[in-house]
Amino acid sequence: MATLGRALLIFSLLACLYGIGASLYGARAGRRQWVDSGRRAVYVLAGLLTAAFAILEAAFLRSDFSFQLVADHSSTTTPGFYRATAVWASQEGSLLLWVWLLAMWSSLVLFFTRHRLREIAPYATAVLLGFGTFFTSLLVFHLFATDPFHQVPASQVVQEGKGLTPLLRYPSMMIHPPMVYSGYTLFTIPFAFGIGALITGKLGSEWIRATRRFALAAWLFLGVGILLGARWSYSELGWGGYWAWDAVENASLMPWLLGTAFIHSIMIQEKRGMMKAWNISLVLGTGVLAIMGTFLVRSGILSSIHAFGASTLKWPFLLLIAVMVIASVGLVVWRRESLATEHRLESLLSREAIFLAQNVILVALTFVIFWITWFPMIAEVFTGHRSSIGPPVFTKFVVPLALVLVLLSGIGPVIAWRKTSRASARRALLVPGIVGGLTLIVLIAVGGVAHKPFALIMFGIGAFALACVAQEFWRGTRARQTMSGESPPRALASLMRRNRRRYGGYLAHAGFAVMLLGVAGSSAFQHSTDVNLSPGQTAHVGGYDVRYVKPTAVAEPEKIVLGAVIDVAKDGRHVATLRSTRGFYPSTDPNDGIIGRYFAGEATSEVGLRAGLLKDVWTDIHPDITPLQPVLKEGNQKFAALMGEIRRKYGTNPPPQVTNFVASSFDAAVTGVANQFVKKPYPSTFRLIVSPIVTWIWLGALIIFIGALFALWPAPELARGRIRAAYSARVGRELQRS
Amino acid sequence: MALQAVLVVLVLALAVFVLSGPLRSGGAAVERERGELADLEAARELKYSEIRDLELDFRTGKVAEEDFRAQDRALRAEAIEILHRLDRVRGEDPAG
Repeated sequence: MATLGRALLIFSLLACLYGIGASLYGARAGRRQWVDSGRRAVYVLAGLLTAAFAILEAAFLRSDFSFQLVADHSSTTTPGFYRATAVWASQEGSLLLWVWLLAMWSSLVLFFTRHRLREIAPYATAVLLGFGTFFTSLLVFHLFATDPFHQVPASQVVQEGKGLTPLLRYPSMMIHPPMVYSGYTLFTIPFAFGIGALITGKLGSEWIRATRRFALAAWLFLGVGILLGARWSYSELGWGGYWAWDAVENASLMPWLLGTAFIHSIMIQEKRGMMKAWNISLVLGTGVLAIMGTFLVRSGILSSIHAFGASTLKWPFLLLIAVMVIASVGLVVWRRESLATEHRLESLLSREAIFLAQNVILVALTFVIFWITWFPMIAEVFTGHRSSIGPPVFTKFVVPLALVLVLLSGIGPVIAWRKTSRASARRALLVPGIVGGLTLIVLIAVGGVAHKPFALIMFGIGAFALACVAQEFWRGTRARQTMSGESPPRALASLMRRNRRRYGGYLAHAGFAVMLLGVAGSSAFQHSTDVNLSPGQTAHVGGYDVRYVKPTAVAEPEKIVLGAVIDVAKDGRHVATLRSTRGFYPSTDPNDGIIGRYFAGEATSEVGLRAGLLKDVWTDIHPDITPLQPVLKEGNQKFAALMGEIRRKYGTNPPPQVTNFVASSFDAAVTGVANQFVKKPYPSTFRLIVSPIVTWIWLGALIIFIGALFALWPAPELARGRIRAAYSARVGRELQRS
Repeated sequence: MALQAVLVVLVLALAVFVLSGPLRSGGAAVERERGELADLEAARELKYSEIRDLELDFRTGKVAEEDFRAQDRALRAEAIEILHRLDRVRGEDPAG
């Protein structure tokens, strides 16, 4: 099937090139048939890449090691779920995933807009297919990446593959790439339509309305991807945090932040025809950052746990980014007069003014993160030495900006479009202001928080923002009750159903406040300690007694898992029993010895976690394997001697009973090594962390995503029809009078 | 290998058939009308949602009555203009 797979990639590239030509010719010559044919090229691309992806997926599922990619990234002992998702653990597989998602989302948007945006759509099609050409070229010509369908000669097919990188064997980590890539590829849709709008000069809000849901979906997918990555970092990496300001983490955060800015600011253009130049710049900037995010992971310029080894994709990606930036800037400058605003800001007490302020903060945040992320790489060009910038530099700038952002996320919903009177604003902000103030007073009175001023202010502002949103729901429900006479729950439900975008947005604002409260609380008031404990010993952290009860060991086909049973108590009362383990995967280097190689490969942590609404108790073990070294050395020597003896006696093809004897001896030796860890009371190093309200981060994110999904979900046709009829009747009456 | 060669040819033929579909048929004028209609209907929906938003802002106390009246009047005038344009595209007489 490799030949078919390769042919599908070549056809994909041809479909892209044809689609670009047909769309541009159709648009320039006014030949609608060619435009339609160009659009169909995107559907064809989606079909071809789906088939190519399915072929590769099937090879992974049946462990077909004649495919080089399968042999390098999977094995027969890799569990089924990870085998299915190992496709995108490789460079080639993830590039294929990227372009496949691009084709699928592009097909969807072009199908929905097939009767609209007649002038813009052909150019958007060409831009989307331009991205398709770029990625399929990388795969077809494999100048910069290897062929995903590369097959080894039958004589060189291995019996067992190398397996999936151990660090990626975590369920959410395998869903994380499709989520992030969906975000990136969906962000190219507003980019493509923005370019189309600039080329045609059709700079009204029609193209924004047509792609708005896709922009929101991009924001949602990327957000979910970022969150899954943070959760993986917290549960799997064994350092105790969820965000390290790693360059690849930042690469996904930047388009998300700029995307947050533009999904707010495009509302200003939709409603008021304002800020067209600003909006289009944000849309184009987000598209560029989405490609830059892919570039940072795929180019090999980073040494990050997220980056995928050395790669030679740097130059093609830099070229693509340069083309995108130059084209974007050039088009915006060319159309600067058409991008002039239709209305002026009427009042500083208006929602558009709040959105503008929020936009400035979000752009400033993106700029700060961009600069600090890229600074070490830029400095390296001039000095030849890459400096390292740690989280304190980021937090110094990010924390004050985040405080203002949460404040604005509260004020925004209570202020009306165009203008709000001072009296209305005072009324709207009074109760939330009191709630925020009271929160501050109570926290200071309770004590223990005054020495963390930023966290304290965040709690006050967070409470204010939550109160603002709660008040909006309450006032909306009351208004609905007055109009319809419904009971409060029914009034709330129908209010939300009829105003999905507005109340979905408010929910997202509440989630954002909850999430940042979690970030502030967990980072400011975390207790952490690294201790060396033997079984039976106890350490104290954050008011908890943590006792190392006993060691555990399991020898699995793929790894040796050493760990500990840990008892957590507070004031003499049992709180939880935690199990923390570290899995040791064998290296493939024969010099490490047959037994010793188990401790020479990669190792991953499974943390012990007791998550609570108010506090998380988190434990991680690093077993000291030094005392095992003599046993490993002895095992290596014995097996080397045994294998030498077998080779002398039977050559390279020993009889099955000998092979079985070696295999069972090997299993017994590995189990014996693992049991040594349990039998002898070796000390182990533990990292113990007690963090308050970490759960609020996940909870806040969940609320954000529910809100976004609610805003994204189309209203049922029946409900829309009813609303349309009511307003048509009303405007119809006006029509008769006019 | 022979099966793969057949599949390659079939995929290519299918792709060419799908791509050439629009070139084998007409209907451009109808398309133009449908496109304009869809754009105007989307504009009408947006205007209605603006009117609804303004109403909700007024009922939840964010907008003073005087401002509400003025803005509501302006939005309804814009909605009427869109309805006029819709009628023109549909070839209907707005006067009835």
